[in-house]
Amino acid sequence: MTRKVKLRIWRGDSKDGEFKDVTVDANEGEVVLDVIHRVQATQMSDLAVRWNCKAGKCGSCSMEINGKPRLACMTRMNMYGDDETITVTPLRAFPVVKDLVTDVSYNYKKAMEVPAFEGPTDLKPGEYRMEQVDVERSQEFRKCIECFLCQSTCHVIRDHEENKKSFAGPRFFIRIAELDMHPLDRLRNRKKKAQEEHGLGMCNITKCCTEVCPEHIKITDNAIIPMKERVVDEKYDPIRWLGSKIRKREEINYWR
Amino acid sequence: MMANANTGIKASDIKFDRYRFDVVVIGAGGAGLRAAVEAREAGLRVAIICKSLFGKAHTVMAEGGAAAAMGNVNNKDNWKVHFRDTMRGGKFLNNWRMAELHAKESPDRVWELETWGALFDRTKDGRISQRNFGGHEYPRLAHVGDRTGLELIRTMQQKIVALQQKDAKEFGDAEKYLKVFPELTITSILKEGEKVSGCYGYWRESGEEVLFEALAVVLATGGIGKSFKITSNSWEGTGDGHALALKAGSALVDMEFVQFHPTGMVWPPSVRGILVTESVRGDGGVLTNNKGERFMFNYIPDVFKDKYADNEEEADRWYKDQNNNRRPPELLPRDEVARAINAEVKAGRGSEQGGVYLDVSERLPAEEIKRRLPSMWHQFKELADVDITEQPMEVGPTCHYVMGGVKVDPDTAAAHGVPGLFAAGEVAGGMHGSNRLGGNSLSDLLVFGRRAGAGAAQYVKSIRGSEPSVTHKEIEKAHEVINEPFTREGGQNPYSLHQELQNVTQDLVGIIRTENELRDAITKLESIRERAAKVTVSGGKTFNPGFHLAIDLENMLLVSESIARSALNRQESRGGHTRDDFPKMDPEWRQFNLLSLWNGERIEIIRELAKMLPDELTNLFDQEELKKYFTEKELAKGGS
Repeated sequence: MTRKVKLRIWRGDSKDGEFKDVTVDANEGEVVLDVIHRVQATQMSDLAVRWNCKAGKCGSCSMEINGKPRLACMTRMNMYGDDETITVTPLRAFPVVKDLVTDVSYNYKKAMEVPAFEGPTDLKPGEYRMEQVDVERSQEFRKCIECFLCQSTCHVIRDHEENKKSFAGPRFFIRIAELDMHPLDRLRNRKKKAQEEHGLGMCNITKCCTEVCPEHIKITDNAIIPMKERVVDEKYDPIRWLGSKIRKREEINYWR
Repeated sequence: MMANANTGIKASDIKFDRYRFDVVVIGAGGAGLRAAVEAREAGLRVAIICKSLFGKAHTVMAEGGAAAAMGNVNNKDNWKVHFRDTMRGGKFLNNWRMAELHAKESPDRVWELETWGALFDRTKDGRISQRNFGGHEYPRLAHVGDRTGLELIRTMQQKIVALQQKDAKEFGDAEKYLKVFPELTITSILKEGEKVSGCYGYWRESGEEVLFEALAVVLATGGIGKSFKITSNSWEGTGDGHALALKAGSALVDMEFVQFHPTGMVWPPSVRGILVTESVRGDGGVLTNNKGERFMFNYIPDVFKDKYADNEEEADRWYKDQNNNRRPPELLPRDEVARAINAEVKAGRGSEQGGVYLDVSERLPAEEIKRRLPSMWHQFKELADVDITEQPMEVGPTCHYVMGGVKVDPDTAAAHGVPGLFAAGEVAGGMHGSNRLGGNSLSDLLVFGRRAGAGAAQYVKSIRGSEPSVTHKEIEKAHEVINEPFTREGGQNPYSLHQELQNVTQDLVGIIRTENELRDAITKLESIRERAAKVTVSGGKTFNPGFHLAIDLENMLLVSESIARSALNRQESRGGHTRDDFPKMDPEWRQFNLLSLWNGERIEIIRELAKMLPDELTNLFDQEELKKYFTEKELAKGGS
């Protein structure tokens, strides 16, 4: 069944832009990305939009649909009423390149700031042994498809460009948590670094990131809150503080 | 529509960014990233070119796992068994040396990923878990639920970052040795004389041109699926590397072999073709037609009769006891299952939406399905309103993978005929013969990605002192290729030509082929090519998808022509090439590989003798089995 739908698409570049209204066909079962592609093929051949897999696996087609950060390939048209105008805009937290495409390089810079996995030195490849229950916690975070919807929705940076310098964002909090919970990672001060270098303290756990995560990762409950709690313990527990000073090993980890 | 170098613009008037590297890796999927790591670790300066953002390449969509005979789940497994399975899956047309290297090296490549931070699912004793898959005798696929590709790409992406962090610490410059170029398309390989001297392309974001001076170029561009209408591939699968190799004077091998994955989604129409992982069958899913029959029992070919159960009881017992029962026929190699589904639908026994039913809900409890197949559950729930823990899925064949590709040296991944050009992963041919086994792609990427990186590094070191340089003429030609769509007249729309191309390949060069249809396809492709020369692009160069498609269209045309002409030449049916007019597999034809060459106007096909396996490898098989594949004369003569 084909119907006509109304789209209001933001078109422009880093300098200037405006909304364009279009009416376009939508078929049964289609998602917003299908309809945007139809606009591209029939009315606006140079309409810029990122996409790859069209199956919710690569996290490329992130945009804001009626103001909510979403993957266009996983947003069914039948979520919206027949007469409703669907408004599509680029991700708000990042600078526009053109139309629905934004400059997401901020995220790649932040990725560079998270120290990589440091495996055991006494085990050869093939000798790693880990229990399924122990890898599952990190595996939840490794489901992340880097769509950066959590980054775009996070109010610490959504309308606060000035916070970007000192704030890594939810995507990288789960990256740090993932490494921190990795059964064989040797680097022992990740939580502290999250607090001191990556801006974990700026998060006030409103859970907006969890809400928009297309992979349903419990970003706040399973990564951010546990790290915050442990950081608090670590920072303010006087005995542990003393212990760390006596042994002069900053990287000591009490929770392993 | 090839570049015309006589339009007058001089290299000195062309504006472009200029970079110099030892090795440029085109493609940032599994093979490209693995190649880059290897070349960097050999001490070279390496550029990684991504057509999309870093970490989004098509490898991300691989679901089932990476095949590696680690023997963690069944200790009878070893490289010899894996080698045998791979050769059988490819109907013995595989480049045997590649299949041998692949089977021997894939365990090391998987274990290496763990040391870079990958977290595979575990066995009870804490090792990497391995799952069953079509054509693999033992559980062999290292996996993470059904998102193994994501784990692979993210692990290697993070390995690249780790190397950059190290360089930042040591040299104060993270990009001193490894630089990632996101959203950049390469349109030409540059040569001085015979040798590669670099490559040329444009930033997708700005449309501005980029010159890479480089001593070696590794093609790791993936597949060609976007040449077909129903495909599991993303927009990136436009055969760029295949086309670049052809135009650089290299050869493609066995392009007629295209894998139609048996299980793609069929409904709703907008998701038609999206992959439904083979793990569903590996974990116990069964295929039925609209009469409720488990039809695969009717489609076990003679060559596989001793390995696959011919009744439901035995097939079901296999899930509990693999040593005393034959495998369920749902786990036949992909070509067999795809043809069977195609035949059922044609015979009127298809599902409501023109596929067949795939049901795992009766085999496993709901929670177990969600644990083992989370993204399938998610995908069907959100896109098709189907709950796979309660209902069957509707599935049908979808263009998934091309076995054919750049002819390479097995050990170094050096491309045929062009010194300095290398290829690895899906863009390279030979490894999988006429049909790839599931799980053998992720391991292929790792094994040959690494070998390509090492091969390129070795080559670069060998030509120090006699490095080629980029000539002005090459820059002028490359500039012309990019700018043509903006300057020419004719008003053809790239989107509609692309659709037309997809319909031609889908309808005439699809799962079942005939001589007449293939000839028809070649004529139609010629007509599209003529009109493609008149494609005009509206709008500017900044992130302009119409422009991007106009460039990709040329590649898809070349690849489609190569597939069609190769398919016309091979008068037999084997693996991913089925001729209705030559339905039998013929040992006489096994002796030939078909090479595609570009003569500047069209694709030429040349027959080349396929090398016979050496004795130590033929001895891994039963003589009786070999008789099904080889001519008597070949067997009498013995190994090479």
